[in-house]
Amino acid sequence: MSTAVLQLIINGLLLGGIYALISIGLTLIFGVVEIINFAHGEFLMLSMYASYWLFQLYGVDPYVSLFVVIPAFFAIGWAVQRIIIQPIIHAPPLNQIFATVGMSLVLQNAALFFWKADYRTVRTAYSTVSFSGLMISTPRLVAFVFALAIIAALLIFLKRTYTGKAIRALAQEKRAAMLMGIDIYRMYKIAFGIGIACVGAAGAILIPIYYAFPTVGAMFVLIAFVVVILGGYNSLVGALIGGLIIGMVEAFSGFFLSPHLKEAVYFVIFILILLLRPAGLFGRA
Amino acid sequence: MPIWGRSILLDLENISAHYGDVQALENVSLRIKEGQIVSIVGSNGAGKSTTLNTISGVIQSSSGTIEFLGKRIENLPPHRIVELGIVQIPEARLLFPYMTVLENLELGAFNPQARKGTGENLEAVFRLFPVLEDRKNQLAGTLSGGEQQMLAIARGLMARPKLLMLDEPSLGLAPLLVKQVFETVKEINAQGITVLLVEQNVFHSLSIADEAYVLENGRVVLGGQGKEILSNPQVKEAYLGI
Repeated sequence: MSTAVLQLIINGLLLGGIYALISIGLTLIFGVVEIINFAHGEFLMLSMYASYWLFQLYGVDPYVSLFVVIPAFFAIGWAVQRIIIQPIIHAPPLNQIFATVGMSLVLQNAALFFWKADYRTVRTAYSTVSFSGLMISTPRLVAFVFALAIIAALLIFLKRTYTGKAIRALAQEKRAAMLMGIDIYRMYKIAFGIGIACVGAAGAILIPIYYAFPTVGAMFVLIAFVVVILGGYNSLVGALIGGLIIGMVEAFSGFFLSPHLKEAVYFVIFILILLLRPAGLFGRA
Repeated sequence: MPIWGRSILLDLENISAHYGDVQALENVSLRIKEGQIVSIVGSNGAGKSTTLNTISGVIQSSSGTIEFLGKRIENLPPHRIVELGIVQIPEARLLFPYMTVLENLELGAFNPQARKGTGENLEAVFRLFPVLEDRKNQLAGTLSGGEQQMLAIARGLMARPKLLMLDEPSLGLAPLLVKQVFETVKEINAQGITVLLVEQNVFHSLSIADEAYVLENGRVVLGGQGKEILSNPQVKEAYLGI
């Protein structure tokens, strides 16, 4: 394999880890709460700003800020579920779409109002390392490692703990979960909190390699939707692998076609999956 | 019947329930004494499952009261009702198909009371259904129909119920397995668990019932001892075809 191809695979995987982390939050919320969170990208935007301001005002390293951002965004997710989603949980899908799309617009415009449209980023001291001809950007590598570690922690939580099992049970058979004594509204809050904490973590590890601006979320959430459909909308492992695949698709299409065409390539994939395998690669029909 | 069998465990008084504008239950009253097997029979759409779901708190009653051990429960959420000791095994089993047999059983013991005794409860249900122990690491969705019904009952027992409500446990099972299910229900009852049984298999369910109620269009039209109802001419004609 030529160095160029290997370099593309590395670039794609490193990017894909972050896509996976964003998408896994979206999948969890969709699978458990059965809500499509159209404001998912805006929580990414908020956490990028949170990390940015923690760095600017208090000199907190973005990776250290994870320890603030993750619990804070879990709490935000919990509160959003309790205050905004819970009242419309039995409403028709259209009302639910309006609620989360509305939340997305409010958050975008609030960000524009408070922080202007400027592009902001954090320049860290970390630099690129070279390894036998391959260039690996340290912040991207660190982001990838953090993303995978968080995803692994989440999967272990869902597999091993009682609460995790209850969340999976609820996603598989809601009525039985209720009849077995699981407080489903509490599980909704936990699942929404975890989903938002994941996207919050993604924002914090993105800020050293990307810019925060009020509409940054829209771009990433579009990718996340493609990843979720590719992986199977109810499979967390699917979201992980889907994220890595889309990261590589982006790297390869950017190199062989044109970086400007990457979105076209996502959507061709998106349409192909919907036509050929609507349940996704790992989905359950 | 033992002395403790006399006290009233569950008391439904004039319960009505609606699905939107459609009335599903109309002034249903029924009493279940501790230690009994009580059957509810009736045709499709008579309100049998609705009755169980109203007791479980999955459906909110529109009027009437439900008392369990002297405590009003009609406004409690489902998980609180399970904690009190009322457990429903739903129609069509509703297992968690992508989880193992063991995980399904653990989730049966989700409420804090039952969770403390998980180990000992597991032993008890494996004694009742040895095949589940052999299959404990298999996904629930891959079990045969009979095994799935055993798992559904076992999962319900893991919650340490005082009152176990079974909704159509024999539905879709081969005749031999149907007999086994009713044997199991008797065995569970013999261990001191009160049973509320909803069945389309009228003959079997009335034969093992201490008391029974006949539901029609959301109303109780007949109530009494199981054997009495079994020999009622109208019941014979309507449900047994004799």
